[in-house]
Amino acid sequence: MSAPPPPDFSGLDPELATEAAGVGGRGTLLGSSASSGLLPGWAPYGVFAAALAFCAAVLAALGIFTIALMLVFGAVVAVFGIYAWSRAVEGSRRAKDRAITMAIVAAFGVAMAPLISLLYEVIKRGVPGLSAEFFTEDARGKISGGGAEHAIVGTLVITGIAVAISVPIGLMAAIYMNEYGTGKLRRALTFFVDVMTGIPSIVAGLFAYALFEIFFGPGIRMGVMGSVALSVLMIPIVIRASEEVLKIVPNHLREASYALGTPKWKTISKIVLPTAFAGLVTAVMIATARIIGETAPLLVTTGVVDSLNTDPFGGRMQNLAVYAFNEYRSPGIDKAASYDRAWAAALTLIAIVMILNVIARLVYRRYKTEIR
Amino acid sequence: MEGRKLRNMFGSSAETEAKEQSAAEKAQGQMARDVSVTATTTEAPTAAPDRRAKTLVATSVDLYYGDFHAVEDVSMTIEPNKVTALIGSSGCGKTTFLRSLNRMHELTLGASVKGGITLDGEDIYHRGVDPVQVRRLIGMVFQQPNPFPTMSIYDNVAAGLNLNSGRTSKSTKDEVVERSLRGAHLWDEVKDRLGKPGSGLSGGQQQRLCIARAIAVEPEVLLMDEPCSALDPVATLAIEDLIGELKSKYTIAIVTHNMQQAARASDNTAFFNLEESGKPGRLVEIGATETIFTKPTQKATEDYVSGRFG
Repeated sequence: MSAPPPPDFSGLDPELATEAAGVGGRGTLLGSSASSGLLPGWAPYGVFAAALAFCAAVLAALGIFTIALMLVFGAVVAVFGIYAWSRAVEGSRRAKDRAITMAIVAAFGVAMAPLISLLYEVIKRGVPGLSAEFFTEDARGKISGGGAEHAIVGTLVITGIAVAISVPIGLMAAIYMNEYGTGKLRRALTFFVDVMTGIPSIVAGLFAYALFEIFFGPGIRMGVMGSVALSVLMIPIVIRASEEVLKIVPNHLREASYALGTPKWKTISKIVLPTAFAGLVTAVMIATARIIGETAPLLVTTGVVDSLNTDPFGGRMQNLAVYAFNEYRSPGIDKAASYDRAWAAALTLIAIVMILNVIARLVYRRYKTEIR
Repeated sequence: MEGRKLRNMFGSSAETEAKEQSAAEKAQGQMARDVSVTATTTEAPTAAPDRRAKTLVATSVDLYYGDFHAVEDVSMTIEPNKVTALIGSSGCGKTTFLRSLNRMHELTLGASVKGGITLDGEDIYHRGVDPVQVRRLIGMVFQQPNPFPTMSIYDNVAAGLNLNSGRTSKSTKDEVVERSLRGAHLWDEVKDRLGKPGSGLSGGQQQRLCIARAIAVEPEVLLMDEPCSALDPVATLAIEDLIGELKSKYTIAIVTHNMQQAARASDNTAFFNLEESGKPGRLVEIGATETIFTKPTQKATEDYVSGRFG
């Protein structure tokens, strides 16, 4: 593709040509920029920096300086600043373009700010709590000190079982809804899945507790109860996400398979699912990341405990979220050390989620198929 | 291959066997008459068939999408070892009719069929017939080349075997893959990269790969739904040559919007038309390609093939 030749307005009558050449035009392209000028390349950054400095000064003068306020007000001031400057030099069309660009970039920045601030805070406060002891010891009988091994193992066991329960059910439900379901039943299912996505997590925990209480009596606490509670939260997410992935498998691939005389179940298992594989892995990872940090449902189902327990059917089981909560709520004699451990647990949890995400990315890249 | 029956399409009760036999005989007779009728009109020299493929006969076929009546009262014979072209303007039901010939039509939600379609006398819409079995005998090539994106070239061709025939030995598979790719004139171009993904081929090569995939399961009939509409003229010519060769083994029906293609590549031509939009499409006439293009009996056909409308 070669660039289109520059439009030639010389043949048009002067009035039309001015309009066609745009803002402040003289009838030729060069004329328009020569007359109205351009902002320098650093203009947006300069304006933003100046806006931040201005807001910082104003806020400091008022005695209410914080970084967050400076960023938010700075973004607003920068949008108006670039508009005014550009309008004076470049004309109104470019000014609007610059203002909108600035607003969009600033909105992105505002959206990212809490995330970065959160990561920064968790790393800053979490790192001091990390030690070899943190990963290799539990907290049985420790008045102060002790580690979170039991919580890390518990998190992995509880989440692992939840994934093992949710993925087959969720995936098969998604296959039903996308490949088999029709009409009213399908619509009803979609509705209930949507409702399930929105149930408060504590309700899922109470449901699992009530279910197990029927069989084991009041006060029962087991790792697997937590897994059941998490599954209630995870299944609808798996269904929704995998349904979207299955939807984008083009129908012509299914037809090609049918035309070879392939039964429907084989078409689904050998053509549709492999084609969607990378997307399905991502769907499962998103759902896992969503439930791995749940606290409330686990408080009522797996309970709080200080010692390592690897048997999901053998009584109370600790996990990282509840561990962090508990270290904060009832610190040991050395309060600062307890708080450090709480932050370290939060950091570990984020690290696990990140590792899962990286794995999902790698799988996605390795197996993604070009879908036309 | 000659004696292959749709036997496992039916339950194996003696009654249905007998019915099947007599129906088949009847159709043979019917077929013989049809051939004798058309033999006089077909002047184009045809290659002697390597094997006699099967005949598809449609009798008063009506096709619906829910309440929408898409195709009305189509009766035609698609003769063995010949290429039958279905032509007509867009939306007149050619593709719908083609898809009903191997029971792909019913995969659309709410679609239904009335009337009968037989393959060498056996009703493919019989209650005891498994549509999966029908599609094994009547293959299809689609408008858009659609190789399976997760599979290599080799696996694409072997897909029919891998998916449907249980365990097949490696040597048999190699043989089928090579034979099919040679049959589709693709072997020389891809023999050094059989393990590469099929989606890496050019459009024309992909379409030939799809043809190879379809003939690898040795169907009786090959249905082609505008197989060249997404291809350039060179690839189109390659596919047309291929179609000319394939008819020595298969019965071929091809939907096309390209009248030169119908004239070049087909033995018989069926012209479909839509009287007005909202009305069902109908078969206006069917006959030897030369007759349809030179002295059609219907005014509408003449207008269409001479380019006066559509």
